[in-house]
Amino acid sequence: MVFLLLRRVVQTALILLGVAAITFLLLYALPADPARMIAGRSATAQTVANIRRELGLDQPLLVQFWSYLQGLFQGDLGRSYAQKTDVGALIAARLPATLILMAAGIAVEVVLGVFLGVLAAVRRGGFVDRAVMMASFVGVSAPQFVAALLLLYVFAVTLAWFPMSGFGTPAHVVLPALTLGVLGAGWYARMVRSAMIDVLNQDYVRTARAKGLSSARIIFRHALPNALLPIIAMIGIDIGQFMSGVVVVEAVYGWPGIGQLAWQAIQQVDIPIIMGVTLVSALAIVLGNLLADILAPLVDPRIRAR
Amino acid sequence: MQALKAMVRQPAALFGLIVVALVVFLAIAAPLIAPYSPDEQMFDGLTLEGAPLPPSAQFLLGTDTLGRDLFSRLLYGARTSLVIGLVANGIAVTIGLLIGILSGYMRGIVGGALMRFTDLMMAFPALLLAIVLAALLRPSLWIVAMVIALVNWVQVARIVYTETRGLVERDFILAERSLGAGHGRILFHHILPHLIPTAIVWGTLGIATTVLLEATLSFLGIGVQPPTPSWGNIIFESQSYFQAAPWLVFIPGAVILLTALSFNLVGDALRDILDPTQRGRG
Repeated sequence: MVFLLLRRVVQTALILLGVAAITFLLLYALPADPARMIAGRSATAQTVANIRRELGLDQPLLVQFWSYLQGLFQGDLGRSYAQKTDVGALIAARLPATLILMAAGIAVEVVLGVFLGVLAAVRRGGFVDRAVMMASFVGVSAPQFVAALLLLYVFAVTLAWFPMSGFGTPAHVVLPALTLGVLGAGWYARMVRSAMIDVLNQDYVRTARAKGLSSARIIFRHALPNALLPIIAMIGIDIGQFMSGVVVVEAVYGWPGIGQLAWQAIQQVDIPIIMGVTLVSALAIVLGNLLADILAPLVDPRIRAR
Repeated sequence: MQALKAMVRQPAALFGLIVVALVVFLAIAAPLIAPYSPDEQMFDGLTLEGAPLPPSAQFLLGTDTLGRDLFSRLLYGARTSLVIGLVANGIAVTIGLLIGILSGYMRGIVGGALMRFTDLMMAFPALLLAIVLAALLRPSLWIVAMVIALVNWVQVARIVYTETRGLVERDFILAERSLGAGHGRILFHHILPHLIPTAIVWGTLGIATTVLLEATLSFLGIGVQPPTPSWGNIIFESQSYFQAAPWLVFIPGAVILLTALSFNLVGDALRDILDPTQRGRG
């Protein structure tokens, strides 16, 4: 068990190294020239060359990559070209906002998903079941930015229940979190539904029923805990989706997280920030998967025995 | 044919099939159906104050902020979305099949390396990667298609890999090998045909993903560039105006949703039909 975990940790480190290498190569190979972007449109060739030397952009590829990696091992993500500050500090300042948004989004997704999934499983084949299944398809087919604008239009513009954009009070979190959570909830509902159906068909549930326990007690005390395992793995996988969704949602709602940071950096070809955010996102995704692997046997002893 | 018949019997799949057929038809026939040119900025397409017009008899779905007919732009936008959907997804499925088969069939260093590379790509946030690429490449329609393909092959590769691994272990492959069949023959005559259902299913489901990704990139202003109409950039162009002219955002939004939903429904029905082991599962 410990050995297996160690192997996963080493694998995680290797994947992160690979992510760093690919990101670096991609941005190196792209035609956009950061030195020219910093210098501005009216700069002379001399100025551009100076900036290029200052940033080390005239060095060979491998030298640049090596010095980048050295920095990474010391926790140094480089300096932003445009904002002239530490990328690590910029991301650290923005990260809490994104984490709040993600936590709220995941909470909406899981609560709604479990509720609908249980409902569909219990009323299998009925109207609720079919409606939930259909809604899950609509959820994955809806573009996030349209959902964001729709919620904005209905609840912020028309009803004025929530603020249009910004950050600070709990009311600001509601619409962005709903955008992230509602669309994904359908998929959770599907997983919970099929896991619940498997569990409800098992002998111990029949025994519980024969003992005369109430349906509610059987469903929530006996069946549901065993049907929740796939949810843990799902959240781990889902973090990737969330990191992507965060860019769009933060752009629409003016949420000051790392998605917005990346979005602004892309428009200024601020490569160190783009690389930093990509790396942090990849770290979140890999850690999410790792965490799911670690948590699964803690929650379900059956996996520990394997 | 069998698949088509089975699909017509399911209401959801039938609905998807009809919408897909309709979108394809409208895209092809756009020049015949569109009442105006998609790029024409009409003088009577704006109010006296210069605001876009809501839907009316003259402009079925209203006009946009430049006085262009929204209905005509949506029709031509369908062409953009479908071309990108077919090209980008075609490339993604091809790359995914190739890498999946090779890594599943070849043991040892090459297969392992390919699969590690796929794992690596899984760790990238797909949309973020696409945004980075699209923003830095100054996109045209084809660049957008390439970017989407580069991001979307990973999932296909994963699934094909798993299926190929299963197939390689089967007796008929073993028999074939002991009869002296070469790698090429085994791969193309015996393994590839078994993967065609998977390719068809992902070829369909992937179009939904692609349409959504294209719309998202265009919405962020880094997808298909105006004046070429795309469903995403129609919304991008009018989003700052959406409180006053909500139809400019929600009509294209509904069109994107309906199209993606239909491809998903058809793809899901195809999966049920082509792969009996998945039938009736959540």
